[in-house]
Amino acid sequence: MTRSLKILAFQASILVSGMLVMSTVAEVAKAAAAPAAAVQIANFTFKNPIITVKPGTTVSWTNADDIPHTVVSKDGLFKSKVLDSGDKFSFTFAKPGQFGYFCSIHPHMTGTVIVKS
Amino acid sequence: MPARSLHPTANWKGHMILDHDDDRRGFLKCMAWAGTGALFAFNGGIGSSIGLDAALAAPVKFGLASFTFAQISDSHIGFNKPPNADARATFRDAIAKVKALPEQPDFIIHTGDVSQLSRDDEFDDADQMLKELERPVFFVPGEHDMLDPDGGKAFLNRFGKGSLGAGWYSFDHRGVHFVALVNVADLKPGGMGNLGPDQLKWLKDDLTGRPSSQPIVVFAHIPLWTVYADWGWGTDDAGQALKLLERFGSVTVLNGHIHQITQKVEGRIAFHTARSTAFPQPAPGTAPSPGPLRVPADRLHSMLGITDARFVRGHDRIALIDSTLTA
Repeated sequence: MTRSLKILAFQASILVSGMLVMSTVAEVAKAAAAPAAAVQIANFTFKNPIITVKPGTTVSWTNADDIPHTVVSKDGLFKSKVLDSGDKFSFTFAKPGQFGYFCSIHPHMTGTVIVKS
Repeated sequence: MPARSLHPTANWKGHMILDHDDDRRGFLKCMAWAGTGALFAFNGGIGSSIGLDAALAAPVKFGLASFTFAQISDSHIGFNKPPNADARATFRDAIAKVKALPEQPDFIIHTGDVSQLSRDDEFDDADQMLKELERPVFFVPGEHDMLDPDGGKAFLNRFGKGSLGAGWYSFDHRGVHFVALVNVADLKPGGMGNLGPDQLKWLKDDLTGRPSSQPIVVFAHIPLWTVYADWGWGTDDAGQALKLLERFGSVTVLNGHIHQITQKVEGRIAFHTARSTAFPQPAPGTAPSPGPLRVPADRLHSMLGITDARFVRGHDRIALIDSTLTA
């Protein structure tokens, strides 16, 4: 009984994640016109810690770790909620400038978004 | 046993009053400690580690024990990924381990990361399970307990009544002064753990006027010495706190956060970190990241555990016995 429930839940989760992938693909296709950039969070690091983007770019951070992380701007411009495994946070950088950020849970994790035309 | 509050109360200075009954525990009768582990005895600033056989002879060497307390750490209630699909179950095992101690501890300290994501149901489950111990429990938050939208309020409302600031306080028990510090609040970009000036000022005031002969136990989540800076395993301004403590003859610093036992003695201060009850983490620098160590299921319980602390009157160090959750 418990086992079959677990299998059901597992199948459901596969279905849901499949749908998520599809919706992400759709989002990406839709956003093709607007500039976008992605930062992967893995192994307690921002994998590309310094990125340079054009104004109007939406940057997305995705947590690939088994441990929750956050993305918090040093100057208070943006702050994600806690990102559990697989969660994503996005922010659109409208103006040029240099924007440092860190994980408020593991503050040795830092990164910078440079926005210039 | 008379009814009493499981959660201690505090007066206006953040100084907790532990309401204990002195006669509920007799003298130490049996030293048949359960579990595998080692006893760490600290003599005159020099740490020595002896095996369990020698520990069994400890009463002869040390005289009668005055009291014990237990440390539980990093329960991460809600964690459900490899290597532990159910951190609630292993927390229950840890509580059973405390219950099975031959001498019941006067109280428990939980050195943080009670929850995985600071969710109410995680805190509530931890709370309910700990109540089974029928002992007061003293908490400090870990960084995982600060993840609610209000940055730690959910934890403080439940476990931090009477504490100051982000949750610090102190209390006395049988002549020993216990100080609970918080080094997971308001962390700075690029930094490690952080106590902050307000807490350091409070600590200075809290210690002022205390005789240097009074034994001190300090507990906080992140280690108060730098175990491994690359992984943020340390506290940036711990040096200022340790400076305030160096005049005392016996200081024991108990931490969690790194999910493994480390220890060292510096001057008259003995440092010790406890195992987690949820999952082990790699030794410093031995893995690409400090993420959970994916050990096989049959090895998990041998890498989780509790710490039993024994204060022996007339002896200047606390004896710490780490036991794994292996049955």
